[in-house]
Amino acid sequence: MTRMLYGEAIDYGLGEAMAADPTVVTWGEDVRLIHRQLLARFGPDRVLDTPISEAAFTYAGVGAAMSGLRPVVEVMLVDFLAAAWSAVVNAGSKFNDFSGGKWPVPLVVRARVGGWYTDGGQHEQTLWGQLAAVPGTTVVCPATPDDAAGLMLGAIQHDGFVVFLEHKLLSEQFLDYLGGSSRDTVDFSGLLPAAGASGEVPEPLRPIPFGKARVRRDGSDLALISVGVGVHRCLEAAATLSDEGIDTAVLDLRSIAPLDTAAVADLAAQCGRVVVVDEDYVRGGLSGEIAALLAEAGVPAQFRRVAVETTIPFAPALEQAALPNTQRILAAGRELATL
Amino acid sequence: MTVPVSDGYACSMAKRQAFDPVQAYRTMMRIRLVEEALVKAWAAGYVPGEYHSGIGEEGINAGVVMHLSDEDAMALDHRGTGPLIARGADPLALMLEVMGSEEGMNAGRAGHMHLMDPELHAAADGIVGSSGPLAVGHAIALQRLHPGRVAIAFHGEAAANQGMMMEAYNLAAAWKLPVVFVCKDNRWSITTASADVTGGNLVARAASFGLATAEARGERVDEVYAAAGKLIKRARKGRGPGFLFVTCHRPGGHFEGDPIVRITKDPITQSADLVRELRTGVQGRERGATRDTIRGVSEIVARSSRAMRDWTGVARKDPLRRARKAIPEPTARYIEGTESEAIGRAAATARRKTGSRSAFAPDGDRT
Ligand SMILES: Cc1ncc(C[n+]2csc(CCOP(=O)(O)OP(=O)(O)O)c2C)c(N)n1
Ligand SMILES: [Mg+2]
Repeated sequence: MTRMLYGEAIDYGLGEAMAADPTVVTWGEDVRLIHRQLLARFGPDRVLDTPISEAAFTYAGVGAAMSGLRPVVEVMLVDFLAAAWSAVVNAGSKFNDFSGGKWPVPLVVRARVGGWYTDGGQHEQTLWGQLAAVPGTTVVCPATPDDAAGLMLGAIQHDGFVVFLEHKLLSEQFLDYLGGSSRDTVDFSGLLPAAGASGEVPEPLRPIPFGKARVRRDGSDLALISVGVGVHRCLEAAATLSDEGIDTAVLDLRSIAPLDTAAVADLAAQCGRVVVVDEDYVRGGLSGEIAALLAEAGVPAQFRRVAVETTIPFAPALEQAALPNTQRILAAGRELATL
Repeated sequence: MTVPVSDGYACSMAKRQAFDPVQAYRTMMRIRLVEEALVKAWAAGYVPGEYHSGIGEEGINAGVVMHLSDEDAMALDHRGTGPLIARGADPLALMLEVMGSEEGMNAGRAGHMHLMDPELHAAADGIVGSSGPLAVGHAIALQRLHPGRVAIAFHGEAAANQGMMMEAYNLAAAWKLPVVFVCKDNRWSITTASADVTGGNLVARAASFGLATAEARGERVDEVYAAAGKLIKRARKGRGPGFLFVTCHRPGGHFEGDPIVRITKDPITQSADLVRELRTGVQGRERGATRDTIRGVSEIVARSSRAMRDWTGVARKDPLRRARKAIPEPTARYIEGTESEAIGRAAATARRKTGSRSAFAPDGDRT
């Protein structure tokens, strides 16, 4: 076991994959500086800076994956992946199916997601619901360094198309630019889930399979289901609710597609009350999907969702209120407990 | 509310053909003061999130915007403060927005990357490359609704590699739209040198799309004014779109907190840290061939010295220094006095109204 930061753990997973397999390469904007340790280990032929041409370099990832490489294409923020949407919804996710399973696309698209640090409505989205809607796409978002490293290794070894989402609030690099070593006049510590930002990572590293949720806390009265930073907000809320006598469980989905339907259904049946905490939009996404799967599984559970309902505002107080914060989770949990 | 940069500024400048160096200096000075106030406020913790300053672009902003009036439209990138101030935006409302106040020009919903004002017909967008097609759209509407008006797209040299930007060049030419693309070449895209990731020459690229091209040095506002004037005049007359390529500098780095700037400001400690960090990254781990490792490490070292080279001696090319020389000393001092007074007061008010952002906390219980 080694203690690592979240971003460090992702690069550890990527580095292990690059060391084991010379067909693993990575490209994206500024990756040579951002991932300078990988550049130093593997040289400039395997770590490539791109121009700001998301559509071309993401589509190029699909082509390269079809021709024998295992590219990890990095898109700075998932919001910018919208400029390359066709590569995701019309190519990476499709070609394996079009080939009748004869031509897999072992491509990982890596993108940063999420907010809480005041970056406005165009730099803080998660969009995992929309990504997960497309058949042929695996979508993961780790909440802790061990999952971050293991899921990245699994994503690269997987023979299909994977979107690997890393949450910026857990990733040291972004916050370091905006606070930390740049200015000591802002303090993100009140926002930062310590358990997600740093933690033990197993060595040697093993790939983590997709579609396996992780029970972060067991309970019998209420199930909080989430992914990414939401998991940590849920753990905070669960501690408070349990003190109030509501025995609260927390399920970390880890992958949004495929969903661990059995784990969701089992925990919902066990608790009878479910709150989905989703840092993505409320419409057409993960929270509605979970409601549907519970209905289809015939699990009778009281259900609430805490998700993003507006364009994310810039001003800090407005932003925090728009995101699934702990107060909103507590309110939903308490309401269900009275039913 | 808009604040004219001088009385009658908005209408008089468009009609006047001759370059007014006093007006240019006042505009540039106001932009610089607002930018400096925001940079200081960022360091002091009053600006939450990122801030991309336009320090170094004042000559471009003033030289282009001095031609605009009435319904002329502007599509801005992530460095939108300068063009908005030049166009007459209220410095206090803008600063409040950047500081995340609900009293800001966009009610706290936007932040610095999405500043917009329908009265000024100007809007910023943080998606690199989108200012091109957005300006094309403004131009289509202007052509029908306000003939003789022009749309300006401000974009960086790195944005010229974005697909939608090149599509916009083509659309503008194919439809002969009244749009001028202003390409600000500071040679960098965050920490990547644009030359390393750009094929060919951008002026030739634009010309090959059928855009009329002109070039200027951004530290010479008069040169920018003249070159922009030619292209804008053509576009107004319905003779088609233009591409203005202007060189400039980015002395503050990509954004406040730019890691490369930290290296260049404190090269000894920062590079020592960098080398140590790279060494631990390499040691004790399986890696590629030694030759690749050496190439990788030298790439990083070369990049920081390139950045250092680019950003030292930038003072000589300060557009304000040049512009000041073109006007009488007492006039310059008068402008500096009145503008510092006004912007200083606005900055103090903005700080008082927002309060420091130091105590970030979830659930909006921040005070
Ligand atoms: C579509 C998209 N990709 C990436 C980014 C991240 N980003 C913001 S500014 C920037 C560099 C822009 O360079 P340039 O256009 O030359 O403008 P400069 O910052 O140099 O003024 C990048 C990559 C973004 N905002 N949007
Ligand atoms: Mg640039």
